[in-house]
This record gives sequence, structure tokens and C-alpha cells, in this order.
Amino acid sequence: MKRGLRLAGQFVVIGALFAGVAWLSDRPVYRKIPEGSAMMMLTFVHGADRKGECRRLSPEEIARLAPNMRRVQDCPRVRRSLYVELDIDGRRVYSADLKPTGIAGDGPSRVYQRFVMPAGKYDVAVRMRDTARAEGFDHERRGTVDFAPSQMFVIDYRPESGEFIFR
Amino acid sequence: MIGAIRSVLRAGFSLIERPFERLFTPQLNPLAQLGALGFFFFWIVAVSGIYLFIFFDTGIDRAYQSVEHMTHDYWLHAGIMRSFHRYASDLMVVMVGVHLLREFSLDHYRGVRWFSWITGLPIIWLLYASGITGYWLVWDKLAQYVAIVSSELLDWLPIFGEPIARNFISTGTLTSRFFSLMVFMHVAVPLFLLFVMWIHILHISRPKMNPPRTLALLSLSALLAVSIWKPALSQGPADLAKVPAEVGLDWFYLPLYPLTDIWGNGAVWAFLGAFSLMIGLMPWLPPLRRAKAAQIDLEHCNGCARCAEDCPYEAIRMVRRTDDLPFPTQAEVNPSLCVSCGICVGACPSSTPFRRSEDLKTGIDLPEYSLKELRERVIAAAATLTKPGRVLVLACEHGAAAGRLDGTVVMPCVAMMPPSLIDFVLSRDLADGVVVAGCSESACYNRLGIRWTEQRLAGQRDPYLRARVPRDRIATIWASALEVTRAHSAIAAFAAYIAGLPPLRLRSPLPVSPMSRAARTPEAAELKGDS
Repeated sequence: MKRGLRLAGQFVVIGALFAGVAWLSDRPVYRKIPEGSAMMMLTFVHGADRKGECRRLSPEEIARLAPNMRRVQDCPRVRRSLYVELDIDGRRVYSADLKPTGIAGDGPSRVYQRFVMPAGKYDVAVRMRDTARAEGFDHERRGTVDFAPSQMFVIDYRPESGEFIFR
Repeated sequence: MIGAIRSVLRAGFSLIERPFERLFTPQLNPLAQLGALGFFFFWIVAVSGIYLFIFFDTGIDRAYQSVEHMTHDYWLHAGIMRSFHRYASDLMVVMVGVHLLREFSLDHYRGVRWFSWITGLPIIWLLYASGITGYWLVWDKLAQYVAIVSSELLDWLPIFGEPIARNFISTGTLTSRFFSLMVFMHVAVPLFLLFVMWIHILHISRPKMNPPRTLALLSLSALLAVSIWKPALSQGPADLAKVPAEVGLDWFYLPLYPLTDIWGNGAVWAFLGAFSLMIGLMPWLPPLRRAKAAQIDLEHCNGCARCAEDCPYEAIRMVRRTDDLPFPTQAEVNPSLCVSCGICVGACPSSTPFRRSEDLKTGIDLPEYSLKELRERVIAAAATLTKPGRVLVLACEHGAAAGRLDGTVVMPCVAMMPPSLIDFVLSRDLADGVVVAGCSESACYNRLGIRWTEQRLAGQRDPYLRARVPRDRIATIWASALEVTRAHSAIAAFAAYIAGLPPLRLRSPLPVSPMSRAARTPEAAELKGDS
């Protein structure tokens, strides 16, 4: 009898501990964005032009190279930074010089930015400069977007077609 | 600072250990079985995971559907197995976390214990990697949240050329092959975890890898009850066109994920790095002062292997004999593993205070606290006992009686005391009773000291306490350093009990000590038959 009671007590204590663990396995809930909000992502990977033009090597320079390394042109690997701007309802919410990745600075630039905003209609404009030009932009897209609550709206860039994608 | 945190934690654990010991008994106390329970829950997770894999389908849509199918259509077995899988993995995190805190509070992380402490760190990392990859597989809203936050965290590191998180922000970027990769990860990482768990216990003699059967059955029953009461459920299918705005987080595996929103990914990595660095450096902040390792005296070692058998730290091994004595083996101490607890001294059959040799020697001894010194301290402490009911206390330096002044001999572990020392005390009339006062039963500082002492006194383990020694003259008190009042009351009560007993008529195998009362009264000496 006493052993049975003790066992029951042990079971109750262990059960209560386990129940607490089970409860904490999905409670309390966590809200990532406020209720009625949506999220806009500006994200893409794109390599800007290389910083320097390719230069034709002279015959002497080619001769100085190891036989298996000989080439006609010398093309600098380093890429330029991308310049990106994002406006929402005419207000600048993001602008950045995106440096190329890679130790040698020859990789593509990348951007991954989140913007949480209340659901509703917005005028969105995104612009990018990926060449040597100092003024103006090489790529641009404008549009009006209607955000539903909890919607994930992504602004991407397709290097193949050279245009921004809204999805 | 670290010492103060340790003391506070120890006090906290002591508060809950005592009621747990009362309810569960010291043998079943879950707080003394945390490592074993960790292994136990790992096996539950492994078995339930294998079972669930039979029903699981890899694919963007099929993954979620197959999990729903097993949860609702086969809830009686696969659904319960899913709950077992989730809750046992959560419980493993709890066991690992409490185990870490408790070992820290007991100062079980410095000195030779650095190896187990350090190898615990990859266990934590791998445990979390196992759990997090598991949450991805369900491919519900929580999985989507976990996928996005995990990949954003990884993208913060300058490793990947293209952000991995881009795969989880819009439909059409994710392929079913991804789930095959995650299944592979979710199998490979736990296997590696098991390997590291094995390394973790390599330097531990007799590691507890299985909880007592009653505790295991109780845990299984409670897990079943909880799985029926609150089955593990999915949180709706993942939809990459929507933000997983509200998710029921597993706060055991994902407590840092919300912090990525508050602190940022860099700060979370910094926190994880600082935590890992702190755990890695703790054994040397400050390093434990180590007494000199036990030493073998080959002239007195017959290669019986009892010291190697009883050492809790695998610090002693038996090797081929190097002298001319006719025994095949001898003991060899690895000083880098020895903590000088003295348990080997108590295990050695040569360790008898009755030995007549001028300079008391034994087969294995502590250079800084020899058996000879122990005998001298016992005789000196006994000389201070004058009141009726003379009780000599043989105390562990980590237990409640370590701070007593009168009639107390403190040693690194009570198992350092050869059982014959009690025989010596009582037969030489140095005291009327002996109290063996060790650490708390659930928290023996040297892991096996209490167990070996109890078995030796009960005649179940070599070297035995002789049958002729009256057991009613011996009391054992297991109390932590924070239970001083309880220990002192128990000692006082035992002394009162001893005072009420008739004088002890125990024949000593040796001439009576000049220190004893018997030697001072010819009548008593004659009565005892000493020559």
C-alpha cells in the first residue's frame, strides 16, 4: 500500500514535470510581425561590372608568363559595388553601396533586407546602378502594391533578363 | 564571482534534492540520474524516429501531408510516437541543461573532470542541430519560421556565396531534394551526437547510462500520459507566400530565435560564441588545486586490482609486474586522471591501521594525506572525546560534518577510510561509536564514495568490515555541506544513543593502544584479553 502510494506520488511529480515540458514545446506563441502587418523583402544576388577593362597583353608580357598560363588578355577580376535604392510612397527606405563578395572582390553583390509594414496599398520604386556610370540608374521598376496581412512580398532581380521582379 | 554563483546554485539544488530524495529514495532521485536520463531520452527519440521514418514522405507537399496522416489517421501508434519523439527530445534538452548546472554547482568541471565538461559542449551544439533539423522536416508554419531564421543566421556568417534564406521566401525556389538533404542531416547529426556522448563518458568509471528500471518505467508511463493528453501537432502547412507571423515556438530548442529579431543575427552569434568560450574556459577559471596523485608502494601491492576496480576516475590500471614479487600484475596510477580522493587507499587490503610496522605502509597511498597520518589524526581526535557516549566522526571534506572541530577526522572522501579503521577505533577503545559522515547521497562529490562505503560496511564489497564489529556502534550520515544542522543533530542523537549502551567488549587483535582508556585501566585490559 505504502509502496503503491509512493509510486503514485512519483508518477504525479514526473507527469507534472513532463506536462510542463510538453506545454512549453509550443506555448507561449511568438508573433514575428505585428497583427495586420505584411513583410516586403528586397533580396537578390547580382554581380556589377568589373572595375577595369580587359587589356591586350604585349608579346613580351605573354612570353614572360609560364607556358601553361599564357593568355592574350588580362582582365581584372575585381567588381564594382552595386548601388541600390528603394522608395516606398516616395520615401527612401533603403539605399546602399553593396560591395562584391569574395576574398578577391570578384563575387556578386548581395542584398537581403526585410521591411515590415502595415497591410495596404503602397507605391514602390526600386533602382539599381551596376555599371561605371556616376549618375542615373541602369535598372528601375515602379509599381503599386496591395499588401494583404501576413503577405510576403519579394522584390528580386533577374540578371538573365536584367529586370526587377515583383512577386 | 564564479564561486558565488556556484554556491547559490548548490543551495538551490540542495533545496530540491532533499524532498526528491524523500519521495523517490536516493537511488531513484531523478536529479542524481540526469546523465542516465539524457541517454534514456536519446534512445526514445532514436526508436520513435525510426518508427516515424516508416511513415514519413520526403517532398514539399508530401512531407507535411505524411506527418498529418500519421498524426491523425494513425494517432494510436504513429501519432503517439510523434509525441514521444518531440517530448523526449525536449526532455533531453532539459536533462542536459540541468545536468550542466548541477555538475557546475558541485564543482564537477575542474581538475581531471575538464574532459567530460569540455566534451559536453559539442553535445549541446549537436543536440540543438538535431532538434532544429527535425523541426524543418514537418514543413508546417513553424518549420517555415525555423527555416527562415536558421538560414538567416547561417547567412550572417561569411561562408555562403548566395543567401540560403532566399530559398524560403517565395514559392518555386524550393525542391523536394531539399527534404532528402534534411532527412540525411536529421539522421547523421544525431548519430554523431551519440558518438560524442560516448566520448563524453570515456573518462568516467562506471558511467550511469541507464536509469534505474523503476524510474525508466515511470518516465515512459508519464511520457505516454502526456502524449495522450497533449499530442504533438503541426501548425498548418508552410506557405512561402506568407510570413509565418505567429508560431508556437518550442522554447527548449528555439529560445534564441526571437532574439534574432531583437538583437540581430550578429549579436546572437556573439552570444553563442561567448557562451561556448566561457564553457570551454571554465575548468581553468581558476584551475582546481590538485593534491599529489596517489602512489603505489610495490612492496605492499599484491596486484589484487581492488584499487583499479574502485577508482571512480579510471586513474588506475593493472600492468605487468616490474619487480621480483610473485604476482602477475601491479597497480599503476595515471597522475593526470587522479584527483587524490583516497578511495583506492580505502580499497587496498594492505590498508589496515592494525599493522605493526613502525612506519605504517600500504599498497597505495596519498603522498599528502597518508594512511599513517589518517591513523594519527584518528588517535588524536579520539583523545579529545571525554564525555559519555564518545563518538568519533569520520567526515568527508565535502559533506556537512567537515566543519566540525571536536572528535572529527576529515578526509577527501569517506571511502578513503579502510573499514578496518572502524574496527581499530572500537577495538582499541578509542571511541564508543563511529559516525561516517559523507556528502549528500544524491550528490557524492567523488561519485562512488558513498556507494563503496555502504557496500564495504555491509560486507558486500572488499575490503569488508569484520563481522565482529557491532553495527549498532556505527552510524552513516549523508548530508551536503548545506545541511550542517541536520548532520549535527543526527550526530548528537547518535552520541546520546551510544551513551545509553553498555560498555563495549570487543577483543582487539593487537596489543592495546597506549592512547586508549583500556590501557589506562588494568581491569579493562584484562577483560578485553589484550596482552
